Formats: sequence, C-alpha cells, structure tokens
Amino acid sequence: MNETLKAENPVLPYLRQDRLPHIWCPGCGIGSTVNCFARALTESKLDLDKVAIVSGIGCTGRVAGYMNLDSFHTTHGRAIPFATGLKLGNPNLKVVVYSGDGDLFAIGGNHFVHAARRNMDLTVICVNNSTYGMTGGQVAPTTPLGATQTTMPYGNFEPPFNLPFLAEACGAVFVARWTVFHVRQLIRTMKEGLAKRGFVFIEVLAPCPTLYSRRNKLGDGVDQVKYYKERSAVKDGADTREVGLSFQGDIAVGKFVDRDRPTWLDAMNRHYSSVLHDYHEVGHAED
Amino acid sequence: MKADPKGVLTGVHFMDGDHAACEGALAAGCRFVAGYPITPSTEVVERFAQRIPLIGGVFIQMEDEVASSIAIQGAVWAGKKAMTVTSGPGLSLMMEHVGLAALTEAPLVIVDVQRGGPSTGLPTLPGQADMMQVKWGSHGDYEIIALSPNSPQECFDLMIRAFNLSETYRVPVFFMMDEVVGHMTERVAIPEPSEIEIVERRWSSKKPGEYKAYATGADMVPDMVKAGDGHRIHITGLTHDERGYPALTPAAQKKLVERLVNKIRLRRHELVDVRKDGVDGAEVVVASFGITSRVAQAAVEEARRKGGKVAHLRLVIAWPFPDKLFQELSRRVKAFIVPELNMGQMALEVERAVAGRCAVVPIPHAGGTVHEPAAILEKIMESSR
Ligand SMILES: Cc1ncc(C[n+]2csc(CCOP(=O)(O)OP(=O)(O)O)c2C)c(N)n1
Ligand code: SF4
Repeated sequence: MNETLKAENPVLPYLRQDRLPHIWCPGCGIGSTVNCFARALTESKLDLDKVAIVSGIGCTGRVAGYMNLDSFHTTHGRAIPFATGLKLGNPNLKVVVYSGDGDLFAIGGNHFVHAARRNMDLTVICVNNSTYGMTGGQVAPTTPLGATQTTMPYGNFEPPFNLPFLAEACGAVFVARWTVFHVRQLIRTMKEGLAKRGFVFIEVLAPCPTLYSRRNKLGDGVDQVKYYKERSAVKDGADTREVGLSFQGDIAVGKFVDRDRPTWLDAMNRHYSSVLHDYHEVGHAED
Repeated sequence: MKADPKGVLTGVHFMDGDHAACEGALAAGCRFVAGYPITPSTEVVERFAQRIPLIGGVFIQMEDEVASSIAIQGAVWAGKKAMTVTSGPGLSLMMEHVGLAALTEAPLVIVDVQRGGPSTGLPTLPGQADMMQVKWGSHGDYEIIALSPNSPQECFDLMIRAFNLSETYRVPVFFMMDEVVGHMTERVAIPEPSEIEIVERRWSSKKPGEYKAYATGADMVPDMVKAGDGHRIHITGLTHDERGYPALTPAAQKKLVERLVNKIRLRRHELVDVRKDGVDGAEVVVASFGITSRVAQAAVEEARRKGGKVAHLRLVIAWPFPDKLFQELSRRVKAFIVPELNMGQMALEVERAVAGRCAVVPIPHAGGTVHEPAAILEKIMESSR
C-alpha cells in the first residue's frame, strides 16, 4: 500500500487496524484509492456510523473489509443489488459501493445499468486496473485493445467499455474519473460524490503491477503512475463519448457529469404521496 | 411478540395461495420484497406491490433473480424482514445467494411456487421437483429449512412460521408452494394480530466494541445487529471468525461449517412437523407433501374403505427431513409409499431413513398435473398384500 498509510497517519482510524497488513501487492494502486477515500470521509463530516460500504469480489472487493465502517463483502458482481437493499432498508445510511471493473461491469454490468437508470442513491467507486487481478490477470471488459492478458494471450481484440459514457447514458447524476496520480483531486471528488444524492459514479485508474503492467512490459506501479501523469488531461464537463481509453493512450480526467434528478426513493415517495390517499412514506427519518 | 396490526388483514377471505402467502408475509412483519416476475409466483409480488405502500415498506422489481436474492440480504442487514418470490428458472439463478445467506446467516424467506421443469419446462403447470435443489443447490455444505403448504390457508399460516423459523435459526427458509396451491382459491381465515405470534430478530444487547458478529452460545445461533447502529460490523461471504473477519484456514472452516450444519442437524428434533393420520396399527404408510398430500388423502381414505390398514404422513416441514419418525415406523410397517410430482426426490430420503428395513415404493410423476388418486390407491393395495 501507499507509503502514506504508515503509523501516525490520520487515515488509520478509518481502517480496521486489527486487519492490517492488507493483502495487496507492493505497488498496487488499490491502497492509494483507499487512502484517498479515508481522507474524503474525514473531510466529509459524515456520521461514520451511518456510512456503509459494500464490495463485490476481487482485489478491490477486499476494500470493504479494511474500512472501519459497517462493511459488506458480498458476491462477485452483486455489490450494487446488495447495496440497493441496504439503502432501501434504511434510507438514513450513506451507502458506498467500492469494487473492481470486472466485478462492476462484466458479471455485475446489468446491475450497474439498472441502478443508474433508477438513480439509486449510491456512491459507486470503481477501481479500474484494466484486468482481473484476483484471478490472475484475465481480460476484463476494460482491458484496452492490444493489451495482453492470460485469456487474451495474443493481445486483446475485444473493445473495452468507456465507463463514464456508459454511466452517463444509463442515468448517473455524477460521473468523474481520476487516476491514483491525482490524489488531491480524487479526494475532492470522492468528498463531493459522497455529498451528492443519487447514483454517483467515480472511476479511478489504478495500476496492477503484478498482472497488468509486467505482463505488458510496462514496468511496475511507479511506471504506470508516471504514464498517468504524462498522458492525463483534465477535461471537466467533457463529452463522455470522447473519453474512452486506449492502450497507454491519452486519459481524460475530471468531472464529466453533475446533474440532478429524483432518486428512486424520492420518486417513489413523491409518486405514491400524490396517487395514494393513505401512503405510508418510506422516510429518511424512519429509523 | 405479537404481529404488527398494520400488516394483518383480519377476517375471512376467499383468496388463492399466492395472495395468502403474501398476506402471511405481511402479517409476519415482512417489509421488504425484491422480486422478478415469473409464473406461477407473480401474484405474490403483485399483491405485495399493491399492499406495501399503505403499510410502510418497500417493493422493488429488480433486474433479475440474482439481484432480487441479494437485495433482500441488504435489506436484512438494514434491519428489515425480507423475502423474495420465484419459480424454477429464477430459483436456479438464486443459488449463489442461498449460499451467501447460509454463510452470513441472514434470516430470510425464499418462496418457490414450483412448476414443471427442467429449464422453462411447464410454466403454468405444477411440479414438486425443486425439493432437492433447495436442499443442495448452492455449493458447499450448509443447512436450510423448507416448508410445504397444501392449501391457501396454510400459505398464510405457514408463511408466518417460515419467517419465525428464519429468525430463530438464522437460515434461509424455503416456502415450497406449487402451481396448484398457488392458484387455488379457498377460504382463508386471518386472525387478529394479537393472536399471531411473531419471532423478533435476535437483536444483540451488546455495545459497540463488545459485539462479535458470529459469537454463539449453546444454541449455535449468533445474535444480530444492523448496519447504522455503530457496531461497524464486517460481513463477508468468505470463511470468517467470530468477529466476522476472513479466516482462510482449515481450522476456521471446520469451526464455521460445522456450526452452520449443526445448528440445524443437532436441533432437528425441534423442526419436526409431520401431520399424522391413522399411524397406530398401520401396515402401509403413504408419505407426501404439498398438493400431492390432498390427492394422497383421497387414496388413503378409499383404501381404508376397502379394508387397508394405511396411514398418511404429511411433511409440513420437508427439510430437515424427519428421519427419526421414518426410522421408527420402518420397524413396524410393511411399506412406505411416496407419491410426489417429480421423478423420485423425497423418496430417496425415505429410502435413506428406512435403510432397507421395509419396502419403499416411490410413485414418481413428471408433473404438469397431480396424481390420479387411483394410481396411489393401487400401490397401497399392492403393498398391503
Ligand atoms: C461467480 C463468480 N465467478 C468468478 C469468480 C472469480 N473471480 C473472483 S474475483 C474475479 C475478477 C475480479 O476482477 P475485478 O473486479 O476487476 O477486480 P480486481 O481483482 O482486478 O480488483 C473473478 C472472475 C467468483 N468469485 N465468483
Ligand atoms: S494482483 Fe494486481 S490488483 Fe491485485 S493486489 Fe496485486 S497488484 Fe493489486
């Protein structure tokens, strides 16, 4: 994990210290995103007893287990529907989904699409390392064309998703992308995302040195961060159709979408209040 | 605890089994349902969608059964009583989350209105061929409870029991209806809320910092808390220790999996509900469940008129299977006859329990309709000779 996660670090109280050391490889980008997330929590002034984190399965899926929050490590791809039930079961909770690109967009893609369409009030943070880390570096729906993976041994010929475009098209109200190089910006965006109501999507590009960088002869984690630094350009408000990623190509970062529409729960409450005489509101003050 | 009056539609009604099952769930305190439409179960969620806004709770039609079966687990950890409702193809999709619920000990109810299978099979016609799937369908070792109602009245009554059992043992409880029970309309009497006993969640009284998510006492069932109460719980589908933290060792696996199966296996005597008719002096015993029990009862009565010494056992709780009763009876009867709308599933359990001490005569049926009573009668008379 990132150097800054050593002792006296202010983010330590946000971690389950009795579970450290973590399982991530040296140079892995996931730890840096966790560091940013913990800082965003500190600055968010949220009551942390009311923040829950839900992960699927994968290296990123282990994040929930390290956060000192109510935390749920569910099944592969299903963090979003679990989080949906959690949020609707207790609307007072701030529910964060923290998972990998394979988890959220391959096996879990359908759930992402529908939760965004419904504008479910969830903060979804996706660590995109372009690969399936946990299972040993297979092709992911985010692997750039041409990159080599164990199940694309001659180079990937499947076009990857452009995640911000997908999120916007499905209805997310907040869509942003940063890389682990952009620590301050990522903290700020996570904080903003946590404060936003509705389906929030934050993509974070992060290196998987063990299975992606080395296999593609891209050096280690530091080299990948250098690449992020050199090829990223801030494009707030960019047309998400234009922000797709290519193998070691340009990276558009920033906040692409920030709009408002009623959440699923607000829409239900509003609609039923108007059409049902005796509607019993599912309110935020219920618990 | 008594039922929350808001969910109880006290009175005498004519309703079908699907609607009665929904009313049972509402009376039991179910306030969250996630589901995906599938014949012949859809009426359950349609009624819930109509009723819940006036009671206080949520229905959400999810994008599929995979999502439904885990959304209810999110709601459970938010403190709600929750269920999902499906039929064969949807049940198959839910299997990974049956395992998650078993491992994380999330109390919940899964309604399976059985139709003919495999695959899309006979969407509008009955089957009872999911009995083994609900027992064994998810990977790994775990235990569940399954109830088998045979009338709309029982869809109401047993549904309350299903929720109560899920809270008592913290296991997924399957509610094994079938198309005929789901769609038949009969008299359903719903009592006053004050007459309905509800088992509350096993809320822990421990303070944050003291609470351990999977610490148990003699009954092997951990107490629960919910998200948002300051306990900062960690719940994982990985093998875990008492704190709920991943513990990926053979020793932790042994401790956890043994407890998950033993909390049912060692307490199975508490979970016997077999309705017995004419057991004393019987030579032949018909064992049945669900809709088949109604056809079997007609055959049993006809056999008695013809002088047969025949008993009828109806499994109300199908899982855990009541081995002991079958073992005992097998020492003094000639044969068990097991009609069921499948190619011989629970008959295997009967064979296992009687272990060759008497004959076991399955009466398999591929489904799509119920047995002819004459087919059961014939086997009773044959076995009586
Ligand atoms: C149903 C199911 N299928 C497959 C797996 C195996 N599996 C575990 S993690 C994973 C991929 C994880 O990739 P990603 O979400 O990108 O996370 P990363 O490990 O890269 O952080 C897979 C396929 C599983 N756990 N469950
Ligand atoms: S395999 Fe890759 S993603 Fe997983 S911990 Fe190692 S570096 Fe990180």
